[in-house]
Amino acid sequence: MMSKDNSAKKPALSFLDNSSARMIALFVLVFVVCSLLKGGKFLNADNFLAMFRQFPEYGLLAIGIGMALIIGGIDLSAVYLANLSSIVAGLFLHHFYQGTGDGGTGLVLLSFVVALIVGAAGGILNGVLISGLGIPAMLATLGTQSLYWGLGVVLTGGSTLSGFPKVLGTMLNKKFGLFPVTLFIFLIAALITGIIVQRTKHGREMKMYGTNNRATLYAGLNNFKIVVTTHMIGGILAALAGIIMWGRYSSAKADTGSTYTMQAILIAVLGGVSPNGGSGSVTGIVLAVLIIQMISSVLNMYTFIPTACRQIVWGGLLLVVMILNFYLDQKKKNRH
Amino acid sequence: MSIKRLTKKTEFYVAIILIAFCLLVQVRSGQFFTPNNIVDLLRSLTIPMMFAVGEMMVLISGGVDCSFPAIASLSMYFVTTKMDGMFSSPIPYFLVAMLLGLCMGAVNGFIVAKYRFPAMIVTLGASSLWIGVMQGILGSSEYPLTSALYRLGEAKILTGTNAQTGFSSNLPVHFGFAVVLVLIGWFILNKTMLGRGIYAIGGDEVAAARAGFNVFGTRMFIFCFSGAMAGFIGVCRASMMMTVNPNNMIGMEMDVIAACVLGGVSLVGGKGSVLGAVLGTALMTLVANSLILLGIPTVWSRVFTGLIIIIGTGVSAVQEKQRKNTLHVAVSEE
Amino acid sequence: MSENIIKVTQVKKYFGGVKALDGVDLVIKKGEVHCLAGENGCGKSTIINVISGFYTPDSGTIEIDGKEYSKLTTQQAIEAGVQVIYQDLSVFPNLTVRENLAITMEKSSERKFISRKRYDEIAKQALSTIDFQIDLDEYVENLTVADKQLIAISRALLYDAKLIIMDEPTTAITQKEVKNLFEVIRRLQKKGISVLFVSHKLDEVFEIADHFTIFRSGHNVYSGPTKELTQALFTHYMTGRDIEEEPFEYNEKDGAKTVLEVKNLSLKDGFKDCSFSIREGEILGITGLLGSGRTELAETIFGVHKADSGQIFLNGQEVHFNNVRDAMAAGIGYVPPERNVMGLFMDQSISDNISVTRWDDCRKGIMMDQSEIDTLVDHWVGELSIKIGNASDTMRTLSGGNAQKCVLAKWLALDLKVLILNGPTVGVDIGAKYDIYNLTKKLADRGLAVIIISDDIREVLLNCNRVLIMRRGHLVDEKQTKGLDEETLSRLSVEY
Repeated sequence: MMSKDNSAKKPALSFLDNSSARMIALFVLVFVVCSLLKGGKFLNADNFLAMFRQFPEYGLLAIGIGMALIIGGIDLSAVYLANLSSIVAGLFLHHFYQGTGDGGTGLVLLSFVVALIVGAAGGILNGVLISGLGIPAMLATLGTQSLYWGLGVVLTGGSTLSGFPKVLGTMLNKKFGLFPVTLFIFLIAALITGIIVQRTKHGREMKMYGTNNRATLYAGLNNFKIVVTTHMIGGILAALAGIIMWGRYSSAKADTGSTYTMQAILIAVLGGVSPNGGSGSVTGIVLAVLIIQMISSVLNMYTFIPTACRQIVWGGLLLVVMILNFYLDQKKKNRH
Repeated sequence: MSIKRLTKKTEFYVAIILIAFCLLVQVRSGQFFTPNNIVDLLRSLTIPMMFAVGEMMVLISGGVDCSFPAIASLSMYFVTTKMDGMFSSPIPYFLVAMLLGLCMGAVNGFIVAKYRFPAMIVTLGASSLWIGVMQGILGSSEYPLTSALYRLGEAKILTGTNAQTGFSSNLPVHFGFAVVLVLIGWFILNKTMLGRGIYAIGGDEVAAARAGFNVFGTRMFIFCFSGAMAGFIGVCRASMMMTVNPNNMIGMEMDVIAACVLGGVSLVGGKGSVLGAVLGTALMTLVANSLILLGIPTVWSRVFTGLIIIIGTGVSAVQEKQRKNTLHVAVSEE
Repeated sequence: MSENIIKVTQVKKYFGGVKALDGVDLVIKKGEVHCLAGENGCGKSTIINVISGFYTPDSGTIEIDGKEYSKLTTQQAIEAGVQVIYQDLSVFPNLTVRENLAITMEKSSERKFISRKRYDEIAKQALSTIDFQIDLDEYVENLTVADKQLIAISRALLYDAKLIIMDEPTTAITQKEVKNLFEVIRRLQKKGISVLFVSHKLDEVFEIADHFTIFRSGHNVYSGPTKELTQALFTHYMTGRDIEEEPFEYNEKDGAKTVLEVKNLSLKDGFKDCSFSIREGEILGITGLLGSGRTELAETIFGVHKADSGQIFLNGQEVHFNNVRDAMAAGIGYVPPERNVMGLFMDQSISDNISVTRWDDCRKGIMMDQSEIDTLVDHWVGELSIKIGNASDTMRTLSGGNAQKCVLAKWLALDLKVLILNGPTVGVDIGAKYDIYNLTKKLADRGLAVIIISDDIREVLLNCNRVLIMRRGHLVDEKQTKGLDEETLSRLSVEY
């Protein structure tokens, strides 16, 4: 009875209590700091183009892994599934493509479909192992990590797959002004998954499942479907990331981007996905992707800092962000 | 222990599968029970087995540690490059590496114990941090091993020679270290209050606190122990390999965790034994190293590792599911 | 020496600005069984924590065995002979009985190493105090709650306990086990050990407790001998208001259809050959001991388990449920026994918890329609007078009673034919309990068929027109509740 009146007036809490507001604030802060630090070098078209080219691949992986975290699990296999997808698609191209570098647009597009199917299938396998057999997500995706990686090695004989039609590279490296085509792939994928996670029944069910996967059964939700669908979407996102990485170098390899798993988990947690499951949004993850990319780009501009040092930043940032969130949430709880 | 209780234990089944697999390889290749093969296997078992002891303790307490390869690599790389040639005895290298490992483990322990974040994510983050320090700041690359540790690497317990082929393999002293470490792990877990406290915390943290166990302190100990061991193992690895390779331990965490779980250590804490962890590790090592004897090309080894993890954990997951679904009403006959 | 084992005078304890205890007294004599009652949040657990030295009171005095403590520590409390057996029992499921019995003792005597021999001695000594027979090598997770409780008691007795505090010890055990527990308590009493029983059911502790203290919102409201209390007085003191208990009257209408009929339903290790039916507007009780198959039967009707044989008819049509969704679609709702584990999503919003069963209907295209959900939730919050702050707050902000109403709301939001309530008022305060009773009666009046599964005999008699008795997986008897008294029914449900 009292809910209606109360729901209207939200308590005047500090904006930091809301995780997406927190993200936007952090985004602005990082943007300003980066601009101040590097000025024209940061705020310049070339830099933006470079940034737009870099983040789609790990951004897609971060969304996929973030979704796995929301349902209270994790996906350690995504990076290797991405590679496996592009390897299978690459072999498909090799098999059917007769030319010597020209033409083949249709086949290339078809090979993307093959990659997406492989990604979806790999994701479904993850979901079936987790929900069907009941293997804890960490172990199931650890197993499939080895499996997908291993299959990639077997299919390529451990070497790099190359010699694809030129159109593959040109198609995926095309740009419209400042905006590379891969950015659009990322944005469209993020928009669709964002709608799924934040606006559809499936998204709500994911959060319910992430909170209590026994109560979901008694509320008539379909646990198997929730887990399998979530991982299938994760698999498709991984395949998209695989396609982008494939197009970037026009080559496919079983262990490209092996540090992305860690980075993707960091991004998801930074973006407000609860490491315990049950909450998180794609909006937050996308903002976190942008933040990480800006930091990464600025770090790159300091040439005396070795690239490997970025790992220090990622790891350190993950721990600091978690601790910071902990204190902010605690403050929020105390106020209640 | 009664037979009935024995057959309830995961260790029992892992042991049977292990023996069956050995026999299979023997039948297929005739090369399994040869001195050099056995020595080779024990040699490859050395490092994972030591890691498994530390990991198992963390798992039993209800956490997980993904950072020990990073800790091992960084401690090892630091002592072998920054202290190259400073000592003629290998002992100071081990001690410094253990100290470094302990400090890094303490960081994990503190964050996990104080904030109660999921240990996997914390240790993955820490792992990235330490690898970054090693690769970025110390600029890791292959490096010749300092002489004190090199000499230790040459020391061997025994040599296994295959009478037919003439191939021979050495069992390094490090295997002895591993055995000692396993015994220490067993002793701590079974014979000390500290060890029982680890089980108690993994079983019911609140009850453990009420019984007077220091939950924070125990968690800290486990991660510090795991860290210090990682430092020790890192140096072992370098001296066994007789070269400093900073990157070849990275990624081992997943195989070690999987091996522990295969051996019956519970991912949610409270359950597991040193024997199980060793058997699980032995099974993983055995399969990975025997493919060639079975006539399977080595490119397949990752696929097989993946399959063992999936099948091994799948079987226990399905059993657990069935156990949970079984009803327990004593229906009378009327 | 004093005749009182414990004497708490004018203890106050505040948390922030919240008064948990606002000047309470509690006196327990030696060898006395004392019952402390009160609704959730009345300060029961705070006083336990004060007596055990866990909390330091803001003012007031604590006297144990005549000795006054200004700042009681947990260690002092233990040394003075105070032992608490918490509701969760604080046993280690992953350890053996032997270790569970010995480990706390060994820990408190600051042993660093384990001796199997000492373990054995301690364990045997512990079991001998209450003549409890059990396999020392069994893992505690394989034991029944009652056995775990006995382990916790024998463990507490090792400490030379003079006062044992038991927090709601009867909630998760069967009546037969309660009898056994009372036997043990009487034996302790003979040895001069006092027992403080924390409970909110009068009928259960009536026979064992000598003395009663009732708390309400941090104050003493009653303290006196048990025999002077009646159910009505008890309810009055607990809730501060008088609640009329009106038994449910089933107005048998002509042509009331049989809604649900179960014929010869069997499930391995669950139940066998169960047949019953229920008509529109009926409230059917199913009572039986824990482990009699009552939950399994209910969950089979709800589609959680699949019956091995037998038939279920809904409105005369045979139905086959492969899962919960099928049962829900057919109009069956089920309020599970463990609310926090099976019924609710504690970290999600109240709104989502109530609307979850209706999400299919709250959509515009593929998107969720939040305004539709808000309307739905507001309606049910009002209808069931659920006390909430904001519908977007998490479930954790609600009390047990309000949380249970949310579980009910989730089902009422569906168009049900049959509603099964399994232990609907466990951990629910009296006020909300009667709200729930009235609600079920109202629902039945509207034609819903309601099944209440409960081992609270009083609850069954008060709310059902008919009761089925379940024993060892069989439905053994059926009674009209009119004219049935508590003793008869309770005798029927236990085994002879």
